[in-house]
Amino acid sequence: VSYWFGNDNRLPQARLAIASYIIVGMIGVLLLGFWKLQVIDSDKYATLAERNRVREIPVIAPRGRMLDRDGRVLVDNRPAFSVLLLRDDMAQVERHLGAISDGLGIPLGDLKEQLSTSKDLPKFQPIIIKPDASPADIAYIESHRNDIPVLEMISVSRRRYLPDSFLSHAVGYVGEVSEQQIEDSNGKLRPGDFAGKSGLERQYNDILMGTDGKRRVVVNSIGKEVSPLPAQAAIPGKQIQLSIDYDLQLVAEQSLGARPGAVVALDPRSGEVLAMVSHPAVDPNDFAVRISAEEWKRLNEDPEKPLLNRSIQAQLAPGSVFKIVTATAMLEDHVPPESFTTFCPGYASFFGRQYHCWVYYDKKGKKSHGVTNLHEAILQSCDVFFYNVGLRLGIDRLAYYASHFGIGHKTGIDLPSEEPGLMPSPGWVERALHRKWYQGEVISVATGQGAVTATPLQLARMIGGIASGGIFMQPHMLKDAANIGVDRFPISERTVEKITDAMYGVVNEPGGTGGQLRLAGIELSGKSGTAQVIGYDTLARIHKQKKFDDNAWFVGYAPRRNPEIVVSCLVQESGKHGGEAAGPVVRDVIKAYYDKKNKKEGQYTAETRPPAARTKAVSTVATAPRVPRVALKKQETLPAATARPVLEQER
Amino acid sequence: MKDAPGTRDYDWWLLAILTTICALGVIEIYSATHGSSLAGMHWKQVRWLAIGFILMFALSRLDYHLILDQAPLLYLLSIAALLAVLAVGHTRFGAKRWINVPGLGELLQVSELVKLVIIIALARFFAEVRTDELALRDLIKAGLIVGFPLVLILKQPDLGTALVLMPLLAVGAFLAGLKWQHAAVFSLAGILLVGAVFYPPVSRRILKPYQRERITSFLHPEEDAKGSGYQLLQSKIAVGSGGFWGKGFGNGTQNQLGYIPVRYSDFIMSAWAEEQGFKGVLLALGLYMALLLRLVQNAQRAKDRAGMFLVMGVAAALGFHVLVNVAMVIGAMPVTGIPLPLMSYGGSATLFVFLAIGLVMNVRLRRFVN
Repeated sequence: VSYWFGNDNRLPQARLAIASYIIVGMIGVLLLGFWKLQVIDSDKYATLAERNRVREIPVIAPRGRMLDRDGRVLVDNRPAFSVLLLRDDMAQVERHLGAISDGLGIPLGDLKEQLSTSKDLPKFQPIIIKPDASPADIAYIESHRNDIPVLEMISVSRRRYLPDSFLSHAVGYVGEVSEQQIEDSNGKLRPGDFAGKSGLERQYNDILMGTDGKRRVVVNSIGKEVSPLPAQAAIPGKQIQLSIDYDLQLVAEQSLGARPGAVVALDPRSGEVLAMVSHPAVDPNDFAVRISAEEWKRLNEDPEKPLLNRSIQAQLAPGSVFKIVTATAMLEDHVPPESFTTFCPGYASFFGRQYHCWVYYDKKGKKSHGVTNLHEAILQSCDVFFYNVGLRLGIDRLAYYASHFGIGHKTGIDLPSEEPGLMPSPGWVERALHRKWYQGEVISVATGQGAVTATPLQLARMIGGIASGGIFMQPHMLKDAANIGVDRFPISERTVEKITDAMYGVVNEPGGTGGQLRLAGIELSGKSGTAQVIGYDTLARIHKQKKFDDNAWFVGYAPRRNPEIVVSCLVQESGKHGGEAAGPVVRDVIKAYYDKKNKKEGQYTAETRPPAARTKAVSTVATAPRVPRVALKKQETLPAATARPVLEQER
Repeated sequence: MKDAPGTRDYDWWLLAILTTICALGVIEIYSATHGSSLAGMHWKQVRWLAIGFILMFALSRLDYHLILDQAPLLYLLSIAALLAVLAVGHTRFGAKRWINVPGLGELLQVSELVKLVIIIALARFFAEVRTDELALRDLIKAGLIVGFPLVLILKQPDLGTALVLMPLLAVGAFLAGLKWQHAAVFSLAGILLVGAVFYPPVSRRILKPYQRERITSFLHPEEDAKGSGYQLLQSKIAVGSGGFWGKGFGNGTQNQLGYIPVRYSDFIMSAWAEEQGFKGVLLALGLYMALLLRLVQNAQRAKDRAGMFLVMGVAAALGFHVLVNVAMVIGAMPVTGIPLPLMSYGGSATLFVFLAIGLVMNVRLRRFVN
């Protein structure tokens, strides 16, 4: 050993002491760091660790069914599969994006957009990239389980509606929730969830929609499932029973046929809606999955307005049906007195202008109604009589009665987006049009022309209510619903007798506009209406074109007093009078009602058979047919063609 | 030899602390790997520990003055070895750090042995400086001794090991009578260097892309959900979710399901903290503190300055390892790839620690002998 280092034993004790303090300080600081993580923020990290290891896969709750008043299934569910994309490992997702796009036939852009819209969701929450997987998709996912681990399937139930757009407007449809709906739901809805978008599906969404459950599994760091955890079961939605009668609805659908228009059948005693038809319609089954933005735009801009529920949203001039309002007002206020008559030469002049009666243009060439009293005027729907009555009543009295009969007010039916119609008045003209009321306007309004508009539902409620002596039940779609609103506007017995007599006469007396509708043994009563889309005189000036044809109305009921059923029918731009175009539909529905009541089996079909209802074809996203590469284990059952009785085990 | 140290002169307390820490490490390696493809790793670690104990006792018998005598030769040999690694080294994980040692069949990380040589070389150098205050000239010389191998290690690239050389120099210089003015100047320079590393326009020139990425993900862990930011985040989640009492042996979800990166090695403290909780951390860090304080005590009782420098070199290296590794585990420092001495799995690292402790024993055994 060389002693190059000498024997230097002077050690820097002070500095060594400092070194030990530094060591103690260092360990102390590190312990503080652990204290912060493990004691102060422990809960936060425990949650994060739990999210790491637990993957939640939603278990979709089936929606409740809709039954008709006899318990037949109108809307139920069919089993389907949704494709989930697991996003725990974004690097993996991005690596497989191209293969997923090819394999499932989803454009790459769509996939990327879906990923970006859901980027704020927690990573452990998968997203639905294809709500309705085809057999080919299922086969693709099954066969690529190992090389594309980010795909998962969940069984879901999709809505199954009756074919041919049966009851489609009233039922509505479901669709993926919008961002607005998610915001309004207080966290109940998440992107990719389905909820009612229109009709009863939307109105009763909270009842129909169940609560989704969760399947929870432990996953390791590479996303492989390790073990299951207790699952949270889905709570199915509740079913609702509608007041709709499948048989009457079917008759109404067939009878209206391909013509644009609407039919509403009500039980005026309870307000229950027995049938509700609006044509043209779209098949809600096409909406049950996903509809593309262009398709949606096309449907919205379609001039035939297939998405409009005409029975509650078509606000059109009621035409001569409104004369019942004018007549009731005249009898109740005795202005002019009951004995009032007019001579109808086919036209009348007021304020230096000629107003024609429809009879002036009648194809039979009668040109005149002669002298008429109230009863005859209602029977023959004489315009000149009601021009004079309207002028004597004045707009204020007319508006008072019409308003109490519900014109210009929503009926309060349990369907979204009902329209109120309009009853014009001097006040309204000043508010909305900023001009004075012209005295001559009341002449048009008294015959249901001019600015007055109403929906088919409003007219059914009104005529039913007047025939019931002034009791107007709130129309509703659920059977045996509680707390039904009722408007009472008592009409004197004498007036009711007179009016119902006249409406009975419309069908059952010679010269009535609904004479061809007579039904043996049934007191079918009603009032026709033929509303001009534009004035007769303007129409005469410009050449007669199909698109300016009149709207045909008929509101019928039975029996003549305190009716059990009232049916309102609108046939748009038919070019025919109300009694001819709309009357037969009303007659068919009322006949079917009595046939059913009298237990006549197999009779519930329409007698008038216009061409079958047109259903607007809707092509949904990714409907390109592809041949399944692998046969499915279970053949999917075909949708039932008609409503069927509820099986015992389904109850 | 003049001295004949007996077995009772060994630092049995130090050995007890050391063995306990190793036991904690083996337990946690078992817990982290038992159900996986790495099962049985704890036995390999036990084997490394056994070799380590033998080497430690062997090294303690050889008088450290003799070792210091050969310091220049050892130094030149290690420079040569580092050059050899760069030339023919075995590349693993994107860095040339390993060479195959014929016969052993294992890959040895040369830079671990180099650390030991630097400790020896610096002890020799500072022991030869006889002044009470360290002159600037001597400080620069010491800097050069560290500088050459440091550059070569950075070339591999192995930032972690290169960083460990810095505290060796700092602690040595401090004990050799570093002037406060120099200390201030060099601390400032150090701060500037660290600042430059974190400042993108400069770091782009001096750091490798993967190193820059580690820095960025340390500063912004959320931007790098699957890279090293993810590693830090998962480590913090593991530590935090352990709570005060821990999830229990074998029950750490972050550990067992593989969310903690390299949970048997660099991040073993994370796995330990998750399963044993704060109480376990208290035990582990308490043991490390006792170990380090015991080393300082041995330095205080060393026979001469050379022995003191050797022991404190070892203390500086181990202390720095503990600090950087544990700070990384709690997310307070970027990922550097520095293992936790005695607990982390790893052959070269374990052997280095035992050889270093062997030097300490060596100094202790000869404290009374003149």
